[in-house]
Amino acid sequence: MKTILEVKNLSVSFNTYSGEVQAVRNVSFDLYEGETLAIVGESGSGKSVTSKSLLRLNPRETTMIKNGQIFYHHKNILDYSEQQMRGLRGAEISMIFQDPMTALNPTMTIGSQIAESIKKHTSLRGMQIIERVIELLQLVGIKEADKRYKQYPHQFSGGMRQRIVIAMALACEPRIIIADEPTTALDVSIQAQILELLKNIQKKMNLSIIFITHDLGVVAKMADRVAVMYAGKIVEIGLVDEIFYHCQHPYTQGLLAAMPNPDIDSESLYAIPGTPPNLLQPPVGDAFAARNKQALKIDFLEEPPMFKISDTHYAATWLLHKQAPPLLPVHQQLAQEKQKEREEKPLFDTNNPFLSLKEVKQYFKLGKNTINKAIDGITFDIYKGEIFGLVGESGCGKSTTGRSIIGLNTITDGTIQIDGQSIYDAQTKQEKLAFHRKVQMIFQDPYSSLNPRMKIADIIGEGLAIHGVPKSEWKTNIYELLDIVGLTKEYANRYPHELSGGQRQRIGIARALAVEPELIIADEPISALDVSIQAQIVNLLKKLQKERGLTYLFIAHDLSMVKYISNRIGVMHRGKIVELAESQELYDHPIHPYTKSLLSAIPLPDPKLERERQRIIFDEVKYNANDRANEKFIEVRPGHFVMLTEDELMQYHQTSAKGILL
Amino acid sequence: MIRYIFTRIGYMMITLFIIILLSFLLMKALPGSPFNDERLPETQKELLYKKYGLDKPVPVQFGIYLSNLVQGDLGVSFVFDNRPVTKIIQERIGASAILGFQAVFVGTIIGLLLGIVAALKHNTIIDYGATVLAVLGISIPSFVFAGFLQYWVGVKLGWLPIAFWNGFEYSILPTIALAVGVVATIARFTRIEMLEVLNQEYILTAQSKGLSNSYIITKHGIRNALIPIITIIGPLTVNTITGSLVIEKIFSIPGLGEQFVNSIITNDYQLIMGTTIFYAVLFVSVILIIDILYGFIDPRIRVAGGE
Repeated sequence: MKTILEVKNLSVSFNTYSGEVQAVRNVSFDLYEGETLAIVGESGSGKSVTSKSLLRLNPRETTMIKNGQIFYHHKNILDYSEQQMRGLRGAEISMIFQDPMTALNPTMTIGSQIAESIKKHTSLRGMQIIERVIELLQLVGIKEADKRYKQYPHQFSGGMRQRIVIAMALACEPRIIIADEPTTALDVSIQAQILELLKNIQKKMNLSIIFITHDLGVVAKMADRVAVMYAGKIVEIGLVDEIFYHCQHPYTQGLLAAMPNPDIDSESLYAIPGTPPNLLQPPVGDAFAARNKQALKIDFLEEPPMFKISDTHYAATWLLHKQAPPLLPVHQQLAQEKQKEREEKPLFDTNNPFLSLKEVKQYFKLGKNTINKAIDGITFDIYKGEIFGLVGESGCGKSTTGRSIIGLNTITDGTIQIDGQSIYDAQTKQEKLAFHRKVQMIFQDPYSSLNPRMKIADIIGEGLAIHGVPKSEWKTNIYELLDIVGLTKEYANRYPHELSGGQRQRIGIARALAVEPELIIADEPISALDVSIQAQIVNLLKKLQKERGLTYLFIAHDLSMVKYISNRIGVMHRGKIVELAESQELYDHPIHPYTKSLLSAIPLPDPKLERERQRIIFDEVKYNANDRANEKFIEVRPGHFVMLTEDELMQYHQTSAKGILL
Repeated sequence: MIRYIFTRIGYMMITLFIIILLSFLLMKALPGSPFNDERLPETQKELLYKKYGLDKPVPVQFGIYLSNLVQGDLGVSFVFDNRPVTKIIQERIGASAILGFQAVFVGTIIGLLLGIVAALKHNTIIDYGATVLAVLGISIPSFVFAGFLQYWVGVKLGWLPIAFWNGFEYSILPTIALAVGVVATIARFTRIEMLEVLNQEYILTAQSKGLSNSYIITKHGIRNALIPIITIIGPLTVNTITGSLVIEKIFSIPGLGEQFVNSIITNDYQLIMGTTIFYAVLFVSVILIIDILYGFIDPRIRVAGGE
C-alpha cells in the first residue's frame, strides 16, 4: 500500500498562563492511500491537536511544534511557508469538524461557502463553479440542490448541514480528509447515514480518511486501522481487528471494557479509575500507570517503547517485554467475573407506581396557527426503585417530558402523579417545597449547570438550606455527600472550574442528593463525558439506586448506555412513546419499526459484527401512510407495549405465528 | 413583517405617550414659570397666564397640549416672541444633525478599525493599547476633552476655530470631541464581538479551505461581528445627537442642544416639551429602523420574521 502521509516524532506544545502544555508527545504514524485511520482517545489526549497539526491549523500564537516532521508526498509540510500551506489546505487535505451547527458561517449561503475553496484552488469560474457546487451537493445526498444552494445554513437540519460540510471538504477533490468527531453532535440514525456517506465517497474517490473519535462503536464501523492516544502519545496502533480482539495496552483494554455492549448482559460496567494526567507535567514512565491497577513497577519509572506485535500492530506497554509477568487483560477478567455475578432480576411494586403519567400532553404555541406538540399523549409508570430509560432522537420530546414532570412546564392535558399525588396538588409554599424535595434533576452539561462563582460546598449547601438542615450540620452533610459520589472532602473548598467534567457531574449528583430525593430525573447525564468517565458515573447512579432505593428517569440518546442502566425503556418518537418494554426484551424483540431502526443504527464496538450488520431504515412516509389516527398502545408480549394500528397488529400476529420474528 | 412593524409602531406610541406625560408633569412640578421677571406686575402675569392657558388645571393643560400635538402643533415659545416651537426646532436641528452624524460616522469607522485590530492582535501591546484608549474615551467626559481641544488645538496651536458655526472647519473640533465617546464604545464592542467570531468553528473551517487570512477576516469575520454592533449604532447615534448639547454649549454652536439648555434655564415650557418629544421620537424611530435593518443583515431573522 502506498503511503500518502507520514508523521514522524511529532511533539506539539501550547503556551498557557500556567505553563507549557505538552499536548502531543512524540507521535508517529503513517497513513496509506484509500484507508481510514481512526485516532481514538479521550478529551485532552491530543487527538484533535495532532490532526490539526497536519494542516497547521492550531492557533499560531500559542502553539509550538517542538519536534518532528510531517511528510505529505515525501515533502515535510512543517517547512512550508504559510502561502504553500494555503495551497494544500482544502485542495489536498481538507477537514470536517465536529459540530455542523457552528462549522458553517450563518450569514453566507451554503453555495458560496462551498464555492470559496473551488474559486481558490481551481480554474473554474462563474457558472462552472455553480455547476460544481450543485454536483457536490447531489453527491452528498442533498435533494433539489439546484435550488437549495442559495439557502442559508439555518435552513438545513443538523444532518443536512454535516452533509454540506462534507461537500465543502470534497470540493477540490482532496486526497486526505481529516474528520474530527464528525458525528458526535448528531443523532444515531443521522450518524449512521453520515458514516455510510463517508464510506461511499471514500470508495468512489479513493480517499484517505483520518477519523478522530472517542466512540469505539464508530471506530469498529469505519476504521481500517486504529491508533489509540493517551496523554499525548499513541499507546497502541494496529489493524481494527487487532485492536478490538487482541489489544495489548491496558488503556485500550480498559476503554473496550468500559463500553456497554448491548449484546452482553452484565451487572456493572468496568470503569477506568481516576482521570487523565495533567499535561503541564506529564508523568514519568507509562502515563497510564497511575490509573492502572495492575501497573508494574517499571511503568512508573521508565517510558515503555513501542513493542512490535505483528507487522501492523504495535503497543507501548511494558507488558510486552519478555520479562513481564503474564497478566490477564481487564476485559477478559471481566468476562469471567460476569459469569459469577449475574444477579436476579429486581422486583418492583407494580401496583403502586412512584411516578405515573397518564395521557400527558405538552403543547407549545409557536405562532398564531402553529402548535408544537412536544409531548402528544404519553402514558407510563415508573416503579419505586426502578431506572426507567427514555430514548429517542433530538426533538422527540424526551427532555420536555423530564421538564414537565419536575414542573418546569405546565402540561396542556393529562395527569402526572408522584407517589399517588398530582404534581399540581401542591398549593402552599411548604407543599411545593416538599414536592421539590422528592424530585431532583441532573443536567446534561456539567460545565454550565454549576454556578462558576460558587464553591462546591455552597453549591451542595443550597439544597441543604432549603431542606432546613441547621447550618452546624452542613459540613458533615456535605462531606458525606461528597463521599457518596466518590470525591474527597478537599473538593468542598474548590470552584467548579478546578474540576474535570466527570468530577463536576459528580457534584451535580451530590447536589441533587442533598435534599434526599426519591426520584431523580437525569437528562442526558453522561453524554458530555468521556467514555471511561461515563462508566464511572453510570456505576455511581446504579450504586445509588441499589443502596438508597432511588428511582430514576434516565433520559438519553445513547441506546447502549440506556440499555445497560435501565430496568425498562420507553422509546419516544415525535412526542409519543412508540414502544415500552424491559430493556433486555426491547433489545431482543423490538417490534416497532422506529425502535428497530434505532437499534440497528447504534454502532457496536465489534468490527466483525459491524461488517455483517444491515441497517434497518425507518421509512417515515410509509409509516405515516398507515392509519396512524387509530393507533393504540397494545401489550403484545408480557410487559411489552407497542404503538400499533389494527393492520400492523394483525401483521405482527401473522408473522409471529409463523415463527418469524419481525 | 408588516404586522410586526405595525405592532412595533403601536408600542412606540405608548412609549411616547408615557414620555410626554412624565416630562409634562415633571416640568409642571418645577418651581417658577416662564414669566418670572420681578418687574412684571401681578396683573400682567395673570393676563399672560390666561393668554397661554397656564391658569387652567394641569390635566386640562395636558389635554390641550395633546390635542395640539396630534395636529402637529408644538405650541409657541414663551420667550422667543411667540415663535412656533416647530420652527425653532427646524432652524436649530441642522447644526446638531451635522455635528451628530459627523461624529457617529467618524467615530464608528475609527472604532471599528480599532476594535478589529485589537481583536486580531489579541493579547499583544496593540490590543492593550486599544483597550486603554477605549477605557479613557469612555471615562473622560466629552466636555473635558472639548476644553482640552479648545486650549491646545484652538488657542495654543491656533489651527482651528474654537467657537461658532461658520462652515466645515468650525465643526472639526466639536466633532472630534463628540466622536471620542463613539470611538470608545464601538471599539470596545467590536473587539469583543470580533474575538467571539474569530473563535467560531466556521473561521477554522474557512482556514481549512486554504483561504487567506485577510479574506477570512473580511468575508467571514467582520460581517458576523457587525450584526450585534449595528444594534448599538442606532441608540448611539441618537445619544450622540442629544448628548451634543454640552458640546454645543461649549463651542457656542447654534444647535438644538444649546437651545434645549437655554429653554430649561428660562422655563420655556413649550420649547422644553417640544424638544423632548422631538428627541424621543427620534430615539424610538431609530430603534425601530435598526430592528428592521437587523433582519436584512441576519438571514436567520429575515426568514423567521418573514413568515
